[in-house]
Amino acid sequence: MSQWTLFEVFVRSKHGLNHKHVGSVHAADDQMAIENARDLYTRRNEGVSIWVVPSAAITATATDEKEPLFDPSEDKVYRHASFYELPDEVGHM
Amino acid sequence: MKKYDELTEFLLRMGDSALVQGQRLCEWCGRAPALEEEMALMNVGLDLVGQARNWLDYAAQRINDGRDADMLAFRRDERDYRNLLLVEQPNGDFAVTMSKQFLYDAWQFHLLEALTESADQQVAAIAAKSLKEVIYHLRRSSEWVERLGDGTEESHQRMAAAIDTLWRFTFEFQETDAVVDSLSESGIIPDAGALKQQWQQTVAKVFTDATLSVPEDARSFYLSGREGMHTEHLGILLAEMQFLQRAYPDASW
Amino acid sequence: MYAQMVDTGVKQVKSLDEMDAEERAFQQKIDAEVKIEAKNWMPEGYRKTLIRQISQHAHSEVVGMLPEGNWVTRAPTFKRKLQLMAKIQDEAGHGLYLYSAMETLGADRDEEIDKLHSGKAKYSSIFNYPTLNWADMGAVGWLVDGAAIVNQVVLQRTSYGPYSRAMIRICKEESFHQRQGYEILLHMMQHGNEAQKEMVQDAINRLWWPSLMMFGPSDADSPNSAQSMAWKIKRHTNDELRQRFIDQTVPQLEFLGCTAPDPDLKWNEERGHYDFGVINWQEFYDVLKGYGPCNRERIETRRQAIDNGAWVREAAVAHANKKKQRSVA
Repeated sequence: MSQWTLFEVFVRSKHGLNHKHVGSVHAADDQMAIENARDLYTRRNEGVSIWVVPSAAITATATDEKEPLFDPSEDKVYRHASFYELPDEVGHM
Repeated sequence: MKKYDELTEFLLRMGDSALVQGQRLCEWCGRAPALEEEMALMNVGLDLVGQARNWLDYAAQRINDGRDADMLAFRRDERDYRNLLLVEQPNGDFAVTMSKQFLYDAWQFHLLEALTESADQQVAAIAAKSLKEVIYHLRRSSEWVERLGDGTEESHQRMAAAIDTLWRFTFEFQETDAVVDSLSESGIIPDAGALKQQWQQTVAKVFTDATLSVPEDARSFYLSGREGMHTEHLGILLAEMQFLQRAYPDASW
Repeated sequence: MYAQMVDTGVKQVKSLDEMDAEERAFQQKIDAEVKIEAKNWMPEGYRKTLIRQISQHAHSEVVGMLPEGNWVTRAPTFKRKLQLMAKIQDEAGHGLYLYSAMETLGADRDEEIDKLHSGKAKYSSIFNYPTLNWADMGAVGWLVDGAAIVNQVVLQRTSYGPYSRAMIRICKEESFHQRQGYEILLHMMQHGNEAQKEMVQDAINRLWWPSLMMFGPSDADSPNSAQSMAWKIKRHTNDELRQRFIDQTVPQLEFLGCTAPDPDLKWNEERGHYDFGVINWQEFYDVLKGYGPCNRERIETRRQAIDNGAWVREAAVAHANKKKQRSVA
């Protein structure tokens, strides 16, 4: 078959930022996937680094797992800096 | 046939080759073997037409007779075009297109790399800008030559046939002339001998990886792109590309 | 509009009471403007309609390269050539963004493209018209992309996340398309000779009505529109969008110093909108059914591209497999 593989594409838009999922491309091999991703997703200087991964290799959370996986952290407000009130005199922390 | 000074002749050669190769890539629009390849071909074409404009801008500046890069590109006759014979060849199938692209990219790559150190600053600047693009072009076309050469039986045969069709035009990558000799003496362009060797090595390596055999050196035969002695294909290509400028000479676009 | 008359397969829109629990939860999410993502539960009709709509939209981008490809080899200057090449490249890119969004719904790109080539899938009727002079490159950018943008801007808020994100990206990139089109025309009108001015008016005469048809027929009484609106994969009626397009376009037309081929086009003070003449819907349906001036050529070109490229794609796969085997050995 002439079917090419579906790859998911992640682009780092600037140094210091995370790679972000931007979409997918079809390609026959990894190198072609990188190049196709470069031609498609960085035509306007959008990227400094690209990752590609075969879509089939991605394991994702299922929808019905949303509650057990993500809700428990909702009440852990102490994980966020804004939870802690400091007097103004302490200054920026 | 007009003769300009050596540097101007060289600028026309560079600009015309990039433009004609870019024009051939435009012909693929909507016809590429995969959508991803549609992007890639147009991308390379866009780079090359941009490079052509830079070279011809500089040429126009030197010719200094009131013509700008557009006039040089869209009003000059076939006999005054200085492009390589290879790039004016019809696209054929994807094997022919990629072989043309690769042979041209390999030559551009080594030439531009050397030109970044040209004694002429403007040449060095245009080369530096172009080189960034051509590194990518060469990577892509080398990979395609390898994929098609070492792909299926059919693709291998098509590649062998494509190279057989095109190889005879590669003598232009190998031969020197008065313009080249004089410019390389003054350090504006690299030594022709060294360039020839680098080009041969790159081609040999990629062809070997692609399980394709490297033909013997091509010999010159009557035609010469840089002398304006072209194959019949260029005239038709220019007739299409120059249509509007020729049909409406007083128009502004 | 790039996706015209998308069939939802729904005769009547259900009320919340008529839905089962899953469907109700889904509809409530949509009502609350929460985006639906690929892995979320969705009614089969929603999924299928979206596949149909997004693939039509993608096909339109891809077929849409052809009328411009007709002139890219004849663009008159470096500047125009480079602009047009960049625009065509964007269109291929937008097709790919959209196919990519479509694939998140479990659809297969090659299968959907097969449907296009066999005539089962639709694409925008506008691309079945020929481009007959250089001014068409201007008019396509200004009118056709202009009409598409009116539609796509609202689709940025569409309920399906991947589609919405593709639309946001596309809108951002397309802002230059309409401007470059208008600038081509404006330059010809302000600096061109008589022949060029005639080209501009000729292009507008030919593309004006087909551009208005892009929004699709009036959606009064259409169950498809009602369902698509409820699912928020469509956010305004065809008539609303068409009116919006006309209202913004007429002043630009006047600034060019050109006219529309519509004697009934005039400002209606009372409505605060332009009135316009009756659209020839018979022509629209004919073109949609395959009897447009270029339907055959467009499909044939696309079909040949993919068929003639089969050996290339196969070779690439064969080579990748050989390499994998070698690295294992």
